[in-house]
Amino acid sequence: MNEDFWLNLRNDFPILSQEFKGKKLVYLDNAATSQLPKPVIEALMDFYSTKNANIHRGVYSLSEIATEQYEKSRSNVASFIGANSPEEIVYVRGATEGLNLLASSLGKTMFKDKKGKIMLTMLEHHSNIVPWQFLQPNAELIYADVKEDGDLDYSFLDYIDNETKIVSITGASNVTAVFPDIKRISRKAHEMGAIVIVDGAQLIPHKAVNVKDLECDFLVFSGHKMLAPTGIGVLWGKKELLESLPPYMGGGDMIKEVHLHESTWNNVPYKFEAGTTNIAGPIGLSKAIDYLQKIGMKNIEEREKQLSKVAMEIFNREEDVKLYGTTKERGAIFSFNIGKVHSHDVSTIFDSLGIAIRAGHHCAQPLMERFNVTSMARASLYFYNTVSEVMMIEEGIKKVKKVFKV
Amino acid sequence: MSEEVNDLYTEIFMEIYSNPHNFGVLEDADLISEDSNPLCGDKINLYIKIKDNKVVEVKYNGKGCAISMVSASLLTDHIKGMSIEQLKEIKPEEVIDLLKVPVGASRIKCALLPLVVLRKALKVYSN
Repeated sequence: MNEDFWLNLRNDFPILSQEFKGKKLVYLDNAATSQLPKPVIEALMDFYSTKNANIHRGVYSLSEIATEQYEKSRSNVASFIGANSPEEIVYVRGATEGLNLLASSLGKTMFKDKKGKIMLTMLEHHSNIVPWQFLQPNAELIYADVKEDGDLDYSFLDYIDNETKIVSITGASNVTAVFPDIKRISRKAHEMGAIVIVDGAQLIPHKAVNVKDLECDFLVFSGHKMLAPTGIGVLWGKKELLESLPPYMGGGDMIKEVHLHESTWNNVPYKFEAGTTNIAGPIGLSKAIDYLQKIGMKNIEEREKQLSKVAMEIFNREEDVKLYGTTKERGAIFSFNIGKVHSHDVSTIFDSLGIAIRAGHHCAQPLMERFNVTSMARASLYFYNTVSEVMMIEEGIKKVKKVFKV
Repeated sequence: MSEEVNDLYTEIFMEIYSNPHNFGVLEDADLISEDSNPLCGDKINLYIKIKDNKVVEVKYNGKGCAISMVSASLLTDHIKGMSIEQLKEIKPEEVIDLLKVPVGASRIKCALLPLVVLRKALKVYSN
């Protein structure tokens, strides 16, 4: 894939050609949310223009078409991540809801009257910390430490024992960009009889992933970080495990029979999809997957490596800039601080050049504490970014240094 | 350099940021309060000494972005000599005006953190 191929792709993303305050938009906040290509926007338009109806219930053509599209998307998601069947794909609002579903549902099963441990890591996003805190005090939360380079300190594996019921871990850090060795962790956890959950929000958009290679039991991810609209995400679980879990929310569609004082549950995945779900979302997600697969996940990974190399050279070159996450193998996320300048000031100055970056604690306050900072600035790339856009990071850094006399 | 950032991070503004006004602690303060902005971790402690219903001394300290720190410097300057009643009437717009720079929508919270801390102090004082 040559440079022209990647540059041409940008024509598919109308939002990227916008200007703000007279500056060309340089969108480097992809770890927060990604942009939608025309085929995805058109699929949503088409759905609402010609196919919109409630699913699973209507006995008329329009509803049948909507249902078919919705279920077709489920099959597409299943094959994208190597699931055994579409029944293993539960639609949720995003990774956050997927984790809450598991914490609530597994929580009821595992910690109602029993004590046990849940192993998390200091890398986790708040969405993979707070839902588990709800299960305290029966569940004891234990955190794997993070080393100075932003990688996990794998000595935590020795602390996974037969009292550990759940190991829930990120597949890629939204701060240090490290990819934890999920297979290694899964093997140790399974040896001890624990369930392994992977937060794939920052992993699935960037790498070819097969759940069988991860050897995990559950995986969650969000559509909006991989070219799909917001409000749609996926919980994948092994079928027999999903079947063993109690429902999360009660309502329509998730039941088989309802009586005045008791009900029976629908089969998976419907047991977990109460009420009228986001119907257009999965259709957009399916189109996003088609788009990613047309480019090829391996090619996307290569492109991000190429762009990351350029970014890495900037961070190596610029003095008084501290980059968090310096492992050799890493994703295209760059969290940094410039001297003692607050990340919000950094972000405001970047914005004056048209560069959209993130500033704050990135929903990872324990990790901020680990690095002794309250916040970081973060530039995160996706395949549609260009080398010249990445070079703008340096412009931004130089301008911050000038204004703040760093 | 674009005009807008020049407008925000002006020389005067950066001068106050580098040499904050009223920065420190008051051991014998009558009003003490603190608050933080959970989004960015900005944190401000405020100390006020009251005599005859008037602010006779004020100090602040904390950590945060340039906007919240400069705003704290200017607000603490502003309230010296004010009565409790006057303190209670300070409006957000007044604080933004003190800054004399264009504060974007996403940074208003930073600019107003010192006022939030002041109001918290007054609430405790009234009780």
